[in-house]
Amino acid sequence: MSNDLVVLKDISRTYQKGKEKVEVLHQLDLTIAAGDFLALMGPSGSGKTTLLNLLGGLDKPTSGSVVIGDSELHNMSSSALSKWRASNIGFIFQFYNLLPVLTAQKNVELPLLLTKMNGKERAQRAATALAIVGLEDRAKHYPRELSGGQEQRVAIARAIVSDPNLLLCDEPTGDLDRETADEILRLLQALNQEYNKTIVMVTHDAQAAEYAKHTLHMDKGTLASDSRT
Amino acid sequence: MKYFYLVWKSLWRKKIRTILTMLSVFIAFLLFGLLSGLNQVFAGATDLANAQRLITLDKISIINALPSAYLPRIEAITGVRRVAHADWFGGYYQDPRNQFAQFAVDPERYLDLYPELQIAAEQRQAWADKRDSVIVGRDLVEAYGWSIGDRIPMYSSIWTNKSGGQVWDFEIAGIFENDDPRGNTQLMLIQYDYFDEGRAFGQGGMGWFIIGIDSAGNAAEIANAVDTQFANSPNQTKTSTEAAFAESFIGQYGDIGLIISLILTAVFFTILLVSGNTMAQSVRERIPELAVLKTLGFEDKGVLGIVLAESVFVMLIGGGLGLGVAWLIVNVVGAIPLPGFYLDGSALALGGLYILVAGLLAGIFPAVKAMRLTIIDALSRG
Repeated sequence: MSNDLVVLKDISRTYQKGKEKVEVLHQLDLTIAAGDFLALMGPSGSGKTTLLNLLGGLDKPTSGSVVIGDSELHNMSSSALSKWRASNIGFIFQFYNLLPVLTAQKNVELPLLLTKMNGKERAQRAATALAIVGLEDRAKHYPRELSGGQEQRVAIARAIVSDPNLLLCDEPTGDLDRETADEILRLLQALNQEYNKTIVMVTHDAQAAEYAKHTLHMDKGTLASDSRT
Repeated sequence: MKYFYLVWKSLWRKKIRTILTMLSVFIAFLLFGLLSGLNQVFAGATDLANAQRLITLDKISIINALPSAYLPRIEAITGVRRVAHADWFGGYYQDPRNQFAQFAVDPERYLDLYPELQIAAEQRQAWADKRDSVIVGRDLVEAYGWSIGDRIPMYSSIWTNKSGGQVWDFEIAGIFENDDPRGNTQLMLIQYDYFDEGRAFGQGGMGWFIIGIDSAGNAAEIANAVDTQFANSPNQTKTSTEAAFAESFIGQYGDIGLIISLILTAVFFTILLVSGNTMAQSVRERIPELAVLKTLGFEDKGVLGIVLAESVFVMLIGGGLGLGVAWLIVNVVGAIPLPGFYLDGSALALGGLYILVAGLLAGIFPAVKAMRLTIIDALSRG
């Protein structure tokens, strides 16, 4: 039985820019095993974020197939992708993207609004997620009252609260100092090792990539090298 | 309901802007409530008109009196149940600003034809027994602090009395109510006999006749019979239903309903622009946040619903308060002393409907914009 969580086959993604067609991904094949922690590196414009968007069901390939678990993302409607994302994917952004009008606790509860949980269950789940990231004492704080590192921890709690298999991180330490970045990366490592979360992390930072189990280098829409092979 | 907290917190993202928008909606619906009450003053006059009452006036002008000899002749017409009459006294109490209607009437005849005027039997009898007494409506009693037994001087700008003065002295014998809350009780009823004997000129004349008929279906036929009877007399008549009379009387002020509708349309349109602009601005400011919601799994229609709900909430709070305060001013405090000034359930329901429609209209374009956001484009704007 295959242990692959993600299987991308012959993926191409082309955008129309004015009259010109720009191919961002070119006939890319990729498999990611469940429980892997993969760093995606490469120069700007190499297609890292586009690949991450395809993995998260935020975008669809121009050709090729994206299969995650049992789901064929390339065949799913926008509405089906939304539902799928809610239970299968956790997103972590460079600039945290917390809602400023909500406390840390309520930000973490957001994905659970899409479930059938009642208010009490949601609060308990969010408290657990905040405890995992070490911020149980900041639950009532608003994002403006938190440091950058704390905000990113809240964002990680939000990403894991619905217990997805796959975490997608787009430059998660890009806005943090070295020390805080290392804390966040250790936290991601712990989520990978202790909670068996599969993580794909886009980064420009070679030191950040060292926390991953493997590193993929991309260039001009294709995989330039794979540390696994 | 589980989205309420999210909608509520998003609403207060910019407190001052939200409060100012709500305030403008509040003012608009306060105005709506007050103007609806005013409309009721005019519309109510025709709504409350009794289909079984006709009004007969001098054909040339309402200021020309009709001979009292007409009364038995009208009463003899087939289908006429009873005839009452009234004269315009045209007075004020103490100060020319204290204007209200005073009619000189035959007590029995008049009250029989206006059963909606409710008065205790002993007060009705007391009025009939004392020639210089009057009965007054509840609104007047409350406005001027009168009570039964008070003697009140009324200055008539039309009728000089036989002693050469224009001040008439009356005693309050009773207080009447109107069984319809929209009905007029800013009215004083004077005994005709006392008035007719006391006035220096015009004896025997009657201002207008009120004809009680047996069936509303016979109104046109009876009106025609009355006017035909006096067609060749020096005082020709013009008879119409009470509703038609009220309508033509109100028509002297212009089409009040149309004026009020135009004002409300302008207010409504302005509020749509103000609120629509606020919502559009609010959505523009948090495009990345809306994209995050979509990234987390909120569907397009969910995001549409959240933005629409915010817009409706702004209207509900501002508009609801506006209508509520208007209702308090009009129906509870009674701060505006106009007969029939009343905010009824249908006006409130219409206001509620406008609030909902305004909320949806103001929010629909920003909501559709939010719904159509593509996550990748929207996140890149952060």
